[in-house]
Amino acid sequence: MQRSEPLRLRPPRHQVSDRAIPWWTLQAVASVLTVLVPLGIALAMWDSVRAWLGWSCVAVLLLGTVYVVVMPRWRFRVHRWEVTDEAVYTSAGWLSQEWRVAPLSRIQTIDTERGPLQQLFGLSTVTVTTASAAGALQVTGLDRRLARDLVEQLTATTQATPGDAT
Amino acid sequence: MTDAAPARGWHRLDPRMLAVTPLRQLTGFLPVIVIFLIAGGTRLDGRFYGVLAAVVAVVIAGIARWFTTRYRVTEERVELRSGLLFRRRRSVPRDRIRTVDLTAGPVHRIFGLSVVNVGTGQRTEGTEAGELSLDAVAAAEADRLRQRLLERATDIPQPDADTPPDQEIARLDWSWLRFAPLTVSSLVAVGAVAGAGSQLAGDLGVDPSDIGELNGARQQLETAPLWLGVALFALLVLLVGLLGSVLLFIEAWWGYRLAREPGGTLRVRRGALTTRSISLEERRLRGVEVAEPLLLRAGGGARLTAVATGLGGAKAEGRGTLLPPAPVAEAHRVSAAVLAEQPAPTTIALRRHPPAARRRRLLRAVVPVAVLVALLWLLPVPGWLPWTAATLLPVAVLLALDAYRNLGHALAGRYLVTRHGAAVRSTAALQRSGVIGWTVSQSIFQRRSELVTLAATTAAGSGAYAVYDVGTADGLALGEQVVPGLLAPFLTTAAAGDEAPDQEVLPGHRPFTK
Repeated sequence: MQRSEPLRLRPPRHQVSDRAIPWWTLQAVASVLTVLVPLGIALAMWDSVRAWLGWSCVAVLLLGTVYVVVMPRWRFRVHRWEVTDEAVYTSAGWLSQEWRVAPLSRIQTIDTERGPLQQLFGLSTVTVTTASAAGALQVTGLDRRLARDLVEQLTATTQATPGDAT
Repeated sequence: MTDAAPARGWHRLDPRMLAVTPLRQLTGFLPVIVIFLIAGGTRLDGRFYGVLAAVVAVVIAGIARWFTTRYRVTEERVELRSGLLFRRRRSVPRDRIRTVDLTAGPVHRIFGLSVVNVGTGQRTEGTEAGELSLDAVAAAEADRLRQRLLERATDIPQPDADTPPDQEIARLDWSWLRFAPLTVSSLVAVGAVAGAGSQLAGDLGVDPSDIGELNGARQQLETAPLWLGVALFALLVLLVGLLGSVLLFIEAWWGYRLAREPGGTLRVRRGALTTRSISLEERRLRGVEVAEPLLLRAGGGARLTAVATGLGGAKAEGRGTLLPPAPVAEAHRVSAAVLAEQPAPTTIALRRHPPAARRRRLLRAVVPVAVLVALLWLLPVPGWLPWTAATLLPVAVLLALDAYRNLGHALAGRYLVTRHGAAVRSTAALQRSGVIGWTVSQSIFQRRSELVTLAATTAAGSGAYAVYDVGTADGLALGEQVVPGLLAPFLTTAAAGDEAPDQEVLPGHRPFTK
């Protein structure tokens, strides 16, 4: 007797570029610093609350280090994407995860976006929007060339579909 | 009607607007004038002349607007030209028109005029991109325009000489007035009116204590004990809120009537001083939402909103409202009639969610209160404060249990039905054909309890309707049932780690090798 496992979502087929790991790491370092630097300045300026602030700094530093080390690698395992003949399928997140599916026939626009950090690592973010106000799918950290070809392919497919996709 | 309509045909707005615009703007100044008269109207200082100059300027601008504004309706588009210094042309293609709403404020009504708002329901940023407003034309002309523009949108034949009567779905029952004080939004509106009044008085430098009667009342209160003052104040607020909410209900819902018109349009007409006519094409209807805020629910009432595409996102405020706050049975009856579905999908028995969902609700209610109590305990605050905070605990637990009891979902024929919420219990029925994608989310806590939140994305209403904290396997099976074939390729029963290897990504792109 083979016990059948309960139904679940399988991960999408393709990973994002592994250059997304250093990109996410830099982002994580930046966000930890925005907390740590003001704390550090306050520590240098006020004597009266030194002990209290010092412990806060240590806590932020420890949690921040864990975040910087763990988050990018965890994200890299989760962030995946797939385009079939019928639909786009993405997964994203780390602690909280999200899977999104949109049929090709319902796609309205396909955008790419490259922030300064992403350009540094040769990455792009592809955003696929549907007619829903809450339905945009995002693939972050795709290789720049791959993203370009993906957008071309999706645009060609969705232009062939009639209707206003509502 | 094919090529008979000439390319010309620009119309002016109704000439009565020459009187209406200045009058309306003067009534806008009325509170200012009244306040001036009450408080030291004898002082004709700079502020007075400033107001006077503003009045004159506004009146001239209003008259100039009429002379420079023209509109026309051609076979393809509705166009509006306006402005003297800044010329503006706005043009809306007729096949993009989603809504044609008529609004008539008190002054408009005295002169027999009506404002026509033509909407394309675009959600684009430029807030007014899809809107065109004719302010104003004769009421009869407005109604003719409404019919003509909506007909084009729905492609129905011209109605015969004896126009077929529309079919009434609901009309106002004055016993519903009892729900008026139970709606929080009406209390907020009363507060906003009061706030605006005091703001205006403040801006004009009027101090309420200058007014003799108020001053006398205050002095009497000052000599009374504190508890009496507080009690009187609370009573006053309650009375004003009660009266205000009743008045607002009457103003908004006087003459309410919901009807289905030939050609597949739902039309809501309502309003005492300002009359509104809101039309909704049935083919844009994707479902309904029955909302029961806590107070309203306690009184056995509910609200009913249409879930429809092309209502225009955030600006759609109130456009989808189908019914005043009414008995919950009436809300379900009307939802059945509007959706032409018997019995109403919103009354279907729902499948409950796993006990883990109840545990989650309890934890989310209890933990924040416990943290608050603990913090108050540690901080140097009066000793009674933590105890007071602790009394929130039973309230939080009751709300959490109620939230779990309300949780549920079902597949009712053509509809996906989902319910959630305690503070506002919301039951949404969404047409399965209106689902244009899925968002499945799982927090780290949900992962441990084998729960997911499954949201159906749609072009209508709020954009997504979620089934909260459903068992992972049940939720995914439900999603696959609602739109067969969409989720199926991405579902598996295999154990984690057995996935197919990464194949060629796109022509010319190899997968990343580890």
